[in-house]
Amino acid sequence: MIRPVFDEMTGDGGSIRDAYRVLRSWLDSSPPQLLQHRSEEAELFFRKVGITFAVYGNAEAEERLIPFDVIPRIFSSGEWSRLSRGLEQRVKALNLFLSDLYGKREILRAGIVPQELVFRNPYFRPQMNGLAVRGGIYVQVAGIDIVRVDDEDFYVLEDNLRTPSGVSYMLENREVMLRLFPDLMAMQRIRPIDNYVDELFAALKSISPGSGAAEPRVVLLTPGPLNSAYYEHSFLADRMGVELVEGRDLFVRDEIVYMRTTEGPRRVDVIYSRIDDDYLDPLVFRPDSALGVPGLISAYRSGNVTIANAPGTGVADDKAIYSYVPDIIRFYLGEDPILKNVPTWRCREKEALAYVLDNLHELVVKEVNGSGGYGMLVGPHATNDMRERFRAQVLAAPDNYIAQPTLALSTSPVLTKDGLSPRHVDLRPFVLTGLNGVRIVPGGLTRVALTPGSLVVNSSQGGGTKDTWVLSE
Amino acid sequence: MLSRDADSLYWLSRYVERAENTARILDVAYRMASMPIGYNGASGNEWESAIVTAGCQDQFQNAYSDATPEQVIEFLAFSEANPSSIQRCLDTARQNARSVRSALTSEMWEAINSAWLDLRPFKNRKINVEDLPRFLNLVKEASLRYDGSALRTMLRNDAYWFSRLGVYIERADNTARVLDVKYHVLLPRDAEVGGGIDYYQWAAILRSVSALVSYQWVYHQNLKPWLVADLLILREEMPRSLAACYASLSRHLDDIAQRYGTSGVAQRSARASHARLANQTITDIFQNGLHEFLQDFIAENNRLSVAISNQYLS
Repeated sequence: MIRPVFDEMTGDGGSIRDAYRVLRSWLDSSPPQLLQHRSEEAELFFRKVGITFAVYGNAEAEERLIPFDVIPRIFSSGEWSRLSRGLEQRVKALNLFLSDLYGKREILRAGIVPQELVFRNPYFRPQMNGLAVRGGIYVQVAGIDIVRVDDEDFYVLEDNLRTPSGVSYMLENREVMLRLFPDLMAMQRIRPIDNYVDELFAALKSISPGSGAAEPRVVLLTPGPLNSAYYEHSFLADRMGVELVEGRDLFVRDEIVYMRTTEGPRRVDVIYSRIDDDYLDPLVFRPDSALGVPGLISAYRSGNVTIANAPGTGVADDKAIYSYVPDIIRFYLGEDPILKNVPTWRCREKEALAYVLDNLHELVVKEVNGSGGYGMLVGPHATNDMRERFRAQVLAAPDNYIAQPTLALSTSPVLTKDGLSPRHVDLRPFVLTGLNGVRIVPGGLTRVALTPGSLVVNSSQGGGTKDTWVLSE
Repeated sequence: MLSRDADSLYWLSRYVERAENTARILDVAYRMASMPIGYNGASGNEWESAIVTAGCQDQFQNAYSDATPEQVIEFLAFSEANPSSIQRCLDTARQNARSVRSALTSEMWEAINSAWLDLRPFKNRKINVEDLPRFLNLVKEASLRYDGSALRTMLRNDAYWFSRLGVYIERADNTARVLDVKYHVLLPRDAEVGGGIDYYQWAAILRSVSALVSYQWVYHQNLKPWLVADLLILREEMPRSLAACYASLSRHLDDIAQRYGTSGVAQRSARASHARLANQTITDIFQNGLHEFLQDFIAENNRLSVAISNQYLS
């Protein structure tokens, strides 16, 4: 049975859902040109401020704007409190899981997660073994991708535990909406999100190794201006008032990390890293990396600097591990998962593989370590050719793939040339963890597939974004 | 602050300043070239001397055979092969700006970014000589806007001082080159003093550093070559003079030294150069050789740039 697609504004089509009532009546009473006009203003704003996104392998569009849609995506306070409890639970369990993997490995001994999925994972870092990380926190910043298919349930699509990005768009989108729609926003109580940067800074400072400095020195480590998320790196560094450093700005002497300043070397306590583990330290990981800092991991192991997120978190956001997260939550917390997992076939299992190959036309097939919407097949929307190519790839290395049913992601109205029209959306809320606990600002980045019917929301694949509102009670 | 950020700020300002200077040089060449034949002076080809002033003679000769107006404009304004072309200067400035976004005020960033956006339509398009003034105006306005934004919106801290150092090092270099390329028309000659042809050359020098009107306000007399040199070398009230640049350089270097609680080679050599400029007369300079003086100055200015870089930027 095919269910109609769930729409965030109209539910199953008939009525207007509560959270959207004010918006709907405002839309009904506003002239249609008003939206077009403000939408153009929004684009002008983004272009002027230079909020751009680099797309790999696309020379002409080296710097592109992420399309912004002016129609907000809205959650009621009830929906949000359920969602945020689920997020907190999930990130807590994942941090415990990582502590365990690099420590006693009880979950492996209990046979809950297969050993080879951990030890053969390219993101498992033996260098982290036996290291007591500050507060047992590996993932200080998580971006958990959430989708829904009906009024009831939230599904986690994937956990991003390495260097999740997008939070600057969440914040800038709100800024733009406040500028362009003060009238609409004043008509309801929308929970603010602009404390995100303070919360991030507090979480980062809380995990400082405590070098004796009264105020820990935090830096943000970026691969540099060519990175697709560079705008975000500079945005966050600026808002926190910390230095935005590249690998060449740092050096290690006697197991202590310093940055090169105009006043000479200055000690660094906490590194908020937006570089892949692979590039952090050429002495330990990729020797050809020009982005990293030789000796950094050794200084980290000596307890003289904290790196957030910790190296080696990628083992837990792997798409094969993903399918075990509900078990991971039960194992460490003894609770039932609040957020659902999308049913997942692990191609490494013989029966699952057979099922996947027989049903390629219905499934979404993903590379276990892929991200950004690359290396992914959306069966129902693919050509025969693409499916056959994928079949060969999966057969050649079944361990590298998982498959999931093609979810009828919920839609949300977007503004098009011909008025409002539904498009599929997801949500990436950001979960912060420090010694001061778990913090989630109410909202997140809503990503929207701008091509009608498309399910791929990634900005690298031409997706757009929306402001996300959480109403207070 | 991070050495790399200070370096980016310093070079960002240098590149914006250089773009403006090159625009002025082209502006003067355009003006001189449009004069009746015979008025464009002893040096012959104004377009060629534009290349010499911009200090990229070798690169130009590698890329082109003749200094035709089209080729000089192409080379100085747009060429990808010329790292000091206006277009490349603004590209590099914007790249630097992107890498120090957080050290810039939003006004400065917008000045750079919108200049870059405004000038993009000129890229990859044959420009008519007649379109040149409009293009050059855009460049000059962009530089003014950047400079004005820096003056009006930046905190007075090391970021500000390093960005000013870039402006003055570049400006001093430019003024010295403008003078040096034309030094022969400034030398005293028995005939022709105050004569028609040289008058336009002197005026052109002043115009290329936007000092023609200032000259009248300072000296209240007809153009005299030694006064043109005096104005551009020794008068501190003339903002593009070597003396004014060095007054600012040594002041901002002292600001930095005071903030950091320690000073070094850069402070000492800026102060020494400034003192030399303050204690000379234009007669001394002419007696010892204007060309030699300017050559020495350009080398000294370069050494200061290296000293700043060694002390702070690397």
